[in-house]
Amino acid sequence: MAENGTNGHGYVGTRTIRPDGVDKVTGRARFGADFNLPGQLIGRVLRSPHPHARIVAIDTSKAEALPGVKAVITRDDFADQPSEFIPAGEMMMNYKDVVRNVLAREKALYEGHAVAAVAATSAAIARRALKLIDVTYEVLPHVIDVVEAMRPGAPLLHDDLFTAGVEPKPDKPSNIAKRVEITLGDVDAGFAKADVIVEREFKTAPVHQGYIEPHAALATVSEDGTAELWCCTQGHYIVRAHCARLLGLDIAKIRVTASEIGGGFGGKTVVYLEPLALALSRKAKRPVKMVMSREEVFKASGPTSGATVRVKMGATKDGKFVAGFAELKYQAGAFQGSPVQPGVMCAYAPYDMENVKVIGYDVVSNRPKVAAYRAPGAPISEFAVESVVDEIAKKLGLDPIELRMMNAAREGTKAAYGPKFGPIGLEETLNSIKKTEHWNTPLRKWQGRGVASGFWFNIGGETCVSLTVNEDGTVSLMAGTPDIGGLRASLAAVAADELGVEYDKVRPIIGDTGSLGFNFLTGGSRSAFSGSMAIVEAAKQIKADCCARACKLWDLKPEQVAWERGRVRPIGDAADKAKPMSIADFAKVAGKTGGPIVGYGRLNAQGAGPSLGTHLVDLEVDPETGRVTILRYTVAQDAGKALHPAYVEGQFQGGAVQGIGWALNEEYVYGDDGKLQNAGFLDYRMPVASDVPMIDAILVEVANPKHPYGVRGVGETPIVPPLGAIANAMENATGIRFTELPMSPPKVLKALREKGVTAK
Amino acid sequence: MRYEAPETVERASALLADSAGEARILAGGTDLLVQMRSDIVDPALIVDIKRIAETRWITEEPGGGWRIGAAVTGAELKEHARLKQVWPGVVEAANLIGSTQVQGRATLGGNLCNGSPAADSVPALIAAGAVATLAGPQGRRDLPVEDVMLGPRKLALGKGEFVVSFGLPPRPPRSSDAYLRFIPRTEMDIAVVGAGVSLTVDASGTITEARVSLGAVAPRVLLVREAAAAIVGSRLDRVAQDRLEAAARAACTPIDDKRGTVEFRIQIAGVLARRTALIALDRARTQ
Ligand SMILES: Cc1cc2nc3c(=O)[nH]c(=O)nc-3n(C[C@H](O)[C@H](O)[C@H](O)COP(=O)(O)OP(=O)(O)OC[C@H]3O[C@@H](n4cnc5c(N)ncnc54)[C@H](O)[C@@H]3O)c2cc1C
Repeated sequence: MAENGTNGHGYVGTRTIRPDGVDKVTGRARFGADFNLPGQLIGRVLRSPHPHARIVAIDTSKAEALPGVKAVITRDDFADQPSEFIPAGEMMMNYKDVVRNVLAREKALYEGHAVAAVAATSAAIARRALKLIDVTYEVLPHVIDVVEAMRPGAPLLHDDLFTAGVEPKPDKPSNIAKRVEITLGDVDAGFAKADVIVEREFKTAPVHQGYIEPHAALATVSEDGTAELWCCTQGHYIVRAHCARLLGLDIAKIRVTASEIGGGFGGKTVVYLEPLALALSRKAKRPVKMVMSREEVFKASGPTSGATVRVKMGATKDGKFVAGFAELKYQAGAFQGSPVQPGVMCAYAPYDMENVKVIGYDVVSNRPKVAAYRAPGAPISEFAVESVVDEIAKKLGLDPIELRMMNAAREGTKAAYGPKFGPIGLEETLNSIKKTEHWNTPLRKWQGRGVASGFWFNIGGETCVSLTVNEDGTVSLMAGTPDIGGLRASLAAVAADELGVEYDKVRPIIGDTGSLGFNFLTGGSRSAFSGSMAIVEAAKQIKADCCARACKLWDLKPEQVAWERGRVRPIGDAADKAKPMSIADFAKVAGKTGGPIVGYGRLNAQGAGPSLGTHLVDLEVDPETGRVTILRYTVAQDAGKALHPAYVEGQFQGGAVQGIGWALNEEYVYGDDGKLQNAGFLDYRMPVASDVPMIDAILVEVANPKHPYGVRGVGETPIVPPLGAIANAMENATGIRFTELPMSPPKVLKALREKGVTAK
Repeated sequence: MRYEAPETVERASALLADSAGEARILAGGTDLLVQMRSDIVDPALIVDIKRIAETRWITEEPGGGWRIGAAVTGAELKEHARLKQVWPGVVEAANLIGSTQVQGRATLGGNLCNGSPAADSVPALIAAGAVATLAGPQGRRDLPVEDVMLGPRKLALGKGEFVVSFGLPPRPPRSSDAYLRFIPRTEMDIAVVGAGVSLTVDASGTITEARVSLGAVAPRVLLVREAAAAIVGSRLDRVAQDRLEAAARAACTPIDDKRGTVEFRIQIAGVLARRTALIALDRARTQ
């Protein structure tokens, strides 16, 4: 067989039109809330008005008596679950907590925590029914801030939560779920060698993934106990597993179809409405549709952690980093499981350092449980480190790019979190940023320029795809990971190249859970990486099958036949014995040569290469108002190999924009009453299109040797550097080191005035 | 819920006056429908005023004044070249409301009667000296725009009363206006502070008349006479600018909230008043 990618047409690496594009621009594509069934009911959730309260009693009798109400569910409709940690995307989860997050049991732990749900014949009746549910709360003192939650005597969320990871095991429960630590070398010895030491404390606000499409689910449970579910999710197999577990159903009895998805960014890797819709449908014996409002999305679905981070770094006067220490305190929300572990692991990962020690704390408080958000945990810890790196550069009078270059992790570097890196592209990204016209353009007063790098691991994982050669020679491609960022285009290009067919002859779809073996979710930047590996595997089977069929047709031996340049060909002394056959030729004779031609790629993908990137930003500060305008932005990132350059660039740009929002304006605003005050896009200030310039994207391609095409995951790294890059640019513009996010106008203006830095 | 779309002012106010439950006017619906969907209001009667002809007109009156229907949309204001030339501040304020889509619906009457201290067109209308013409069961009356709003969501309208149109006064030569708002983003945001300034200069460039209005710095949109006094008689030199800033800040009684702190709002109010006045002055000189 020929080399991968060299046979066929060479679609990989080109900007093919996305197969799902037309339906998305015409509005025909079906998103979560677009599914309907005859006779469906509308489901609605009753949510706690209190940030922390014991649920003494729930009386649903009045709601149940309301005409049009077909089912009401509470904690009593779900069996309790034992404590057991399972992997969920890049984070861990515990069913004991999941069942409590889906519907509060003993206590409501945050404002917006689901307490009951109803299904009724109309939305208006469902809404009225919610008002008839009588919940007796015993209101408890609450705690929102992570540092306060760690104090002895803070209101306790879970009386059975004992800090893990400390010796001896604490005898009193606390809000500190766990302590983690990584160490490499000896930091004290390292600091002793340092000529310059910078130590700073940083604070970041929790931010929401901000997907435009709210959560939605449509469920129907049959009298025979089988169930169907349509929902917008990053992983329908995961939804199936969670729902089977929570509802006590066999996995085979639930079929889940993932709708098109209007963004997820990690936030759609968990279940909220899905088990409720199923439980309501089971009780009402009718289909139930549920859609969250934006307010519910903000109050009850996962943001990522806010955090307090202390960083201390030491360097020699030539700029060699000799020691790095950090202490991270991450908010988990109401249940344990913040991304502090990856935060700890990533903090110093971009650098080749001998002495590193990072400690992390996972802390619960009365906020919605966090969910994954692009490179979970990494933007926070790397923001702190990249800010300090910039300060070291300034102290030593070194160019910030040169300083990073000098310390950059490269092939063979041992990371503090364990492994030795294979080929990685940080230096290449730094080099390409340095060469840009952007880096070399002068700035005016009140303008500043900042640079920062970022690291993310990426993952592989369980993946299953199929390729079916149809009667007319076209190819049906089925994958089981929802397409969030152009996956279908990338996989179709790989399949077309592998099988020597035209791109337009490959029709990729995302199959439901009944169509393929288990697929882990779209997360960890894994879908294109592991999906394309599986496609190569499936295509290999088809090619081998066609070679075998050719042997029979041509009456040749296996060694006289090979797949070359998109065809099965007779080779060697048999070269002129027969005419080469294409996939379409085999399709015509499939029935006579052994039946349908199908390839099934299944694997647990290993060898996901880390992706590193460097961002460069120019901004301008209005010294009279503290308002910041992003003037120019360039991203350089190692993609390994960009299967579809436009969608890789899209990932770079999207991550940068989300990072800009995180750095400048996004935050959760809580009142003293523990209630979220800005649960909407008007006051939760994500950037709008006019807030950002066109983001320039530079594709760096340092091939990942573990992947047939050299692919690395690219989706998460782009959100890591912006926070640091922008803080560094702010320092460059104003001379002030901002250590607290967001750098919103009131904060910036206050800092400028305190420092006496004003326009007049 | 009952929906009515009367064609006369009288019928509309009778419907409103006779309604037993909560009754609401519907203009563009960009506030009302959002509030209904999010369970903030639940009216028994909705009276759509868009079929009443005089709520939909823009007319330049013989004496040089203007009459703008309460249900005229932002997009219609923007397309009116002559109005834009004479009252650029009023039009630019109305055009800051929402997005292109919202502009096709949002009205001046709705912006005022929604009763938000942060409403964008209201400081511009107040600076312009606009008068609201109200109609109700007792007939019609005129009320300066600054007296329509009493506090957040509280209006000086009686039962059955609604805004039919706005009157803008005739413009002396060398007059113009401007509106600026502060938002952390570039659009789709709500004013943290808004400033409207209207002024007239004489041939030498000295300000002879001025009105200054500030939004989002008090429970209602303010007409700040002291700020106007601070610049009348000046050519808006540095000293006058400082006086204007100080007067604007002194008038503020804002709150700390998710949109900005007290300290921040007061500071910005001065900056914005100055910047807006400078734009209005620049425009007036060339009128
Ligand atoms: C996406 C979005 C963005 C927005 N951005 C902004 C912004 O940037 N700046 C801003 O100021 N606002 C903004 N708004 C709010 C809103 O668009 C404006 O307040 C708009 O001017 C309201 O006009 P309307 O005609 O749609 O009012 P409606 O919703 O029809 O009415 C608003 C209220 O006023 C009452 N009312 C309407 N007309 C009259 C009348 N003639 N007499 C008596 N009462 C009346 C109604 O009963 C209702 O209570 C935004 C809204 C949305 C949805």
